[in-house]
Amino acid sequence: MNLTALTAHELHDMLKARKVSCREVTQAVLERISAVDGQVRAYVTVTADQALESARAVDERIARGEGIGPLAGIPVAIKDNMCTRGTLTTCSSRILHNFVPPYDATVVEWLAKAGTVMVGKTNLDEFAMGSSTENSGFFTTRNPWDLTRVPGGSSGGAAAAASADEAIVALGSDTGGSIRQPASFCGVVGLKPTYGRVSRYGLVAFASSLDQIGPITKDVADTAQVLQAIAGKDPLDSTSVDVPVPNYLASLRNDVRGLKIGVPKEFFAQGVQPEIAESVWKSIELLKSLGADYKEISMPIMEYTLPTYYILAPAEASSNLARYDGVRYGLRTKHSPDVITMLMRTRDEGFGAEVKQRIMIGTYALSAGYYDAYYLKAQKVRTLVRQAYDEAFKEFDVLISPTSPTVAFGIGERVDDPFQMKLADVCTIPVNLAGIPAISLTCGFHDGLPIGMQIMGKPFDEETILRVAYAFEQNTDYHNRKPAL
Amino acid sequence: MKLTKEEVEHVAWLARLELTDEEKERLTGHLNQLMVHFEKLRELDTTDVEPTSHSIPVQNVFREDAVGPCLPVEDVLSNAPEAADNSFAVPQVVEI
Repeated sequence: MNLTALTAHELHDMLKARKVSCREVTQAVLERISAVDGQVRAYVTVTADQALESARAVDERIARGEGIGPLAGIPVAIKDNMCTRGTLTTCSSRILHNFVPPYDATVVEWLAKAGTVMVGKTNLDEFAMGSSTENSGFFTTRNPWDLTRVPGGSSGGAAAAASADEAIVALGSDTGGSIRQPASFCGVVGLKPTYGRVSRYGLVAFASSLDQIGPITKDVADTAQVLQAIAGKDPLDSTSVDVPVPNYLASLRNDVRGLKIGVPKEFFAQGVQPEIAESVWKSIELLKSLGADYKEISMPIMEYTLPTYYILAPAEASSNLARYDGVRYGLRTKHSPDVITMLMRTRDEGFGAEVKQRIMIGTYALSAGYYDAYYLKAQKVRTLVRQAYDEAFKEFDVLISPTSPTVAFGIGERVDDPFQMKLADVCTIPVNLAGIPAISLTCGFHDGLPIGMQIMGKPFDEETILRVAYAFEQNTDYHNRKPAL
Repeated sequence: MKLTKEEVEHVAWLARLELTDEEKERLTGHLNQLMVHFEKLRELDTTDVEPTSHSIPVQNVFREDAVGPCLPVEDVLSNAPEAADNSFAVPQVVEI
């Protein structure tokens, strides 16, 4: 049996029945990484010894006859912008190439408490700024479905690892689509929870009012399970919200009868490939045949979300990235005759082109005389975006759109056209601006490449989008297809 | 409105980024390109709209003023490029 191709809930049943040991599962995943990661390049760091050690602890618990939780013994990959005590955390940036955090991110700690086995840290666009992993300071991850194409980004390594069976589940982070778009490109499930649902303590900050951590998995049930483990109020993150965490597993019902779906037509404009629009519409019709109802709507404000995001996110990034100064951690230039030169040269040597560009945009947008025209204006437009969603959710339970306007594009294809690159996030960015939850799952294929459908929900109503995704999955078989590697 | 190379140099100074001439040229062009897209927001009348800084209405978050555990000094300094006397060391900043 090919253990690595299984889901967490399938492996849990086998572990509980003692049909397989956690060591065997972990070993299988590590061997899979050895076999295919030379091609895929999903991992920045593989933590093999530590993983086998964690696996041994779980096996001992099973041997002692202790009960194990649903994620105990499950190999997990962590995006390399979440702090892991004693293990390199680089953000795929030269400026953090040697950073070994002295503490764990809350999500890492909570997953460890749930008994998961961390197998490694995955590649990303530097500081999560990008849509393809081509902005990684180290190397580009490849799409397991076609190694000449990008896996999406910025959580491209995490999505590729889950897709290529180099991990059973993974954690990504999503500021403008960085979980959902790579999940879509790699044919896996990705969920961005509501802003405030999951603690960001220990997540290296990019744009603090937009960042959120979430699961990337092979099916919807595993996404629900991982969300269950990481959701909740954390005293160490004052922006995590004290809203009761429901039982997400209970929401996995194959039932969409009476569900009201809104389909905002603006999400089907802006360069959406016809095959993608067609596939998403077919999926909406399928949900209708299962008892849901849909209506096409218009949300004209969506036309303004891309410029709004490209003011707000860089502005917050420019402030967050001020901490990389060569003083307390990370890179320090060899040329340090005085503090200012040390600081400026460290930042020049340590940051890549995209990061510098965003720092410059953000600094400009926040600088004296321009704050009102750019940053404040964008924050006001953001209010209009949220209001448009609130209005839509008065009438509808969920909104459905494509996750990305295109399937995975070729490596190098868009690096010289930054606006085209940013268009990859046009369907996902509005969700971050409004702070609502959304899930992406595979709803078809074009030229052998996965197509992602995005289901958006009301704030703190992850249950409904999980239920709709689960029902869709139960009535299709896209999630069972695997890339040939 | 068009950004000049001098303005880009000023912004780079504010951001404490030492840029090469080539980078300055490229960024000047690039920022100007993006500004065109930003101008689109002017189409919207936002006179009476409140700005949103966070999508959730979290105001102040309080906790008991109790002493909790903190990291040992050696852990805090473990990543320092240079450390001395339980401190982060940097090139001299004040004349003696």
